[in-house]
Amino acid sequence: MSETNEQNTSNSDNADNIDYMTDSRPIAVGENTPGCKKRDPIVVAEDVTRSFGGINAVDVEYLEIPRHKITALIGPNGAGKTTLFNLLTGFDTPNTGKWQFEGSSLAGVSSYKVARMGMVRTFQLTKVMGKLTVMENMRLGAAEQPGERLSKALFKGLWGGREKEITAQANVLLEKFKLDAKKDDYAASLSGGQRKLLEMARSLMVKPKLVMLDEPMAGVNPALTQSLLDHIKNLKAEGMTVLFVEHDMNMVRHIADWVVVMAEGKVVAEGPPGEVMKNPAVIDAYLGAHHDVDLGDAEGIKVLEAELEADEESVVGTEDAGILSEIVETKKEDGQ
Amino acid sequence: MDFGFIFSSALGELFSPTTAAYALAALGLAVHFGYSGLLNFGQAGFMAVGAYGFAISTLSFDAPFFLALIISVLCSVLFAFILGIPTLRLRADYLAIVTIAAAEIVRYVVTTNQLTSVTGSANGLAAFENTFYAMNPFPEGSYMGMNNRDFFIRVVAWGLVIVCCVLVWLLMRSPWGRVLKGIREDENAVRSLGKNVYAYKMQALIIGGVLGALAGMIFTLPRGAVQPSNYGTELTFFLWTCLLLGGMATVLGPVIGAMIFWVVLSLTQSLLYGLIESGVITWLTTVQAGQLRYILVGVALMLLMIFRPQGVFGNKKELAFA
Repeated sequence: MSETNEQNTSNSDNADNIDYMTDSRPIAVGENTPGCKKRDPIVVAEDVTRSFGGINAVDVEYLEIPRHKITALIGPNGAGKTTLFNLLTGFDTPNTGKWQFEGSSLAGVSSYKVARMGMVRTFQLTKVMGKLTVMENMRLGAAEQPGERLSKALFKGLWGGREKEITAQANVLLEKFKLDAKKDDYAASLSGGQRKLLEMARSLMVKPKLVMLDEPMAGVNPALTQSLLDHIKNLKAEGMTVLFVEHDMNMVRHIADWVVVMAEGKVVAEGPPGEVMKNPAVIDAYLGAHHDVDLGDAEGIKVLEAELEADEESVVGTEDAGILSEIVETKKEDGQ
Repeated sequence: MDFGFIFSSALGELFSPTTAAYALAALGLAVHFGYSGLLNFGQAGFMAVGAYGFAISTLSFDAPFFLALIISVLCSVLFAFILGIPTLRLRADYLAIVTIAAAEIVRYVVTTNQLTSVTGSANGLAAFENTFYAMNPFPEGSYMGMNNRDFFIRVVAWGLVIVCCVLVWLLMRSPWGRVLKGIREDENAVRSLGKNVYAYKMQALIIGGVLGALAGMIFTLPRGAVQPSNYGTELTFFLWTCLLLGGMATVLGPVIGAMIFWVVLSLTQSLLYGLIESGVITWLTTVQAGQLRYILVGVALMLLMIFRPQGVFGNKKELAFA
């Protein structure tokens, strides 16, 4: 263990000269197997288990999250992704296991202290403070505001200066997330997607080292998704590490440097996105055999049909196809 | 009917020390519920702790006024800790259950016969207010139709209300107040941003409780007596009425709410008595009229909830998302 720590420090010593955006050194030490060691991990979890009434929601033998990288956590519904988030950030306590952030153990550390250490999360069910304005929501995220102490709250002179800095920081972020026009409105008046954005922007107010986003793109329109993807990529340039849960495979493919696949509480595969998506176990458990096919247009249907005809297990192309083949036939004619 | 008397007595209620006490205690509830989302159904308990803390330290220990005041405030802080430590980590409902029970426990403890020598049991305590009136700077005479004692307690009571309102306003516009409001909306979100939610809730519980204790003292001083029956559960609900009348997350709301509450009570009482005495209403006794006015307060509260649910000072916009 101490050996890896030394390695970490030596890595972060020369880290200043490295552009994290173009850093292409291998992430893992050795093979990309589930639970493999990373060159420079920020979070290390060992034997973390959590069961709810006999069901093992999370049973992670060993997991390292690489520093200065964007890691995607994917897996079918109920795989334990959100539970793992809760465990790592102190919102839930594991039954067993050790887990650490930047070398310091997080066992028994309460959630607010985890956040102060620089590990900030968002929630799958968005949490905004409805009856505070968007700007107040943002300001609430900021750290080191002396006015948040009762002893200093009465005297504006003691916190007014920091408040101005915070407001400036919030304005920059709100503009990036296209919420600047909304800043004096109550957060409750925002749409679901805008709330997602606000929550993400607010978590960045903390200036975290590790941002953990739980389905950041759910309910956000495609154009905004594009610009958000750029923002998330840019977080890396600012020296942050990102861990996110997402079901949109395009997003995972475009921005993730590393993908961790969970199923039934366990880590079943790890690796760069291209590699992981070809992994048969991942295709079985999560992606589905025909995940590349766009079912929305006629071309896609044809491709699917061709794939299914080649597939021995499928009824398409055999006498048993019945009504299924008729639908495909009509679709084909429409397409031509 | 003497309308002049009816209105002057209603106006008298506007600035009575009891109204000031209600305003202070309701302000404490505003800190608890309006700003922090803590459901405190035992504000009467805090008032009782304040009143008894003051009376007992004066009578049993001969404490000078300010020492008795400090002891009573410390007692309410202790009471807040006892209530808060087990419940503030749990959901909001648990605090509601515990506070309502604790307030009753306080009332029953001071009523028990075993403690008669200290608490005076059901008869309560009296003659502890001399240390207060000894400080009266106003010489004897008539001040706007009041004697110097009545005038002094009004000046002190409303002075205290003003100071507390300013303090609460200063606190709530600060980043500290912002964290509290955030906790009211969603405490897990605030936790995820690195704030110690438990500590903030405890601080809010203590501040609101101390306001309640001060209110308890203001409530008992002009009466010259403290009795357990004054601190029943209905007192807490009158305070909630004041809070809802004025507006929950406002500073002036509880004060105006308390004024409206007492003016309405006084007006309905005087009008009903006048009507009964002049023979217009024959189907009511004066005792029944006394009960009826509380029913009327309930009706007024219902009408308010229908036509102005945010209270007098509340922000209508906040309700759009309730």
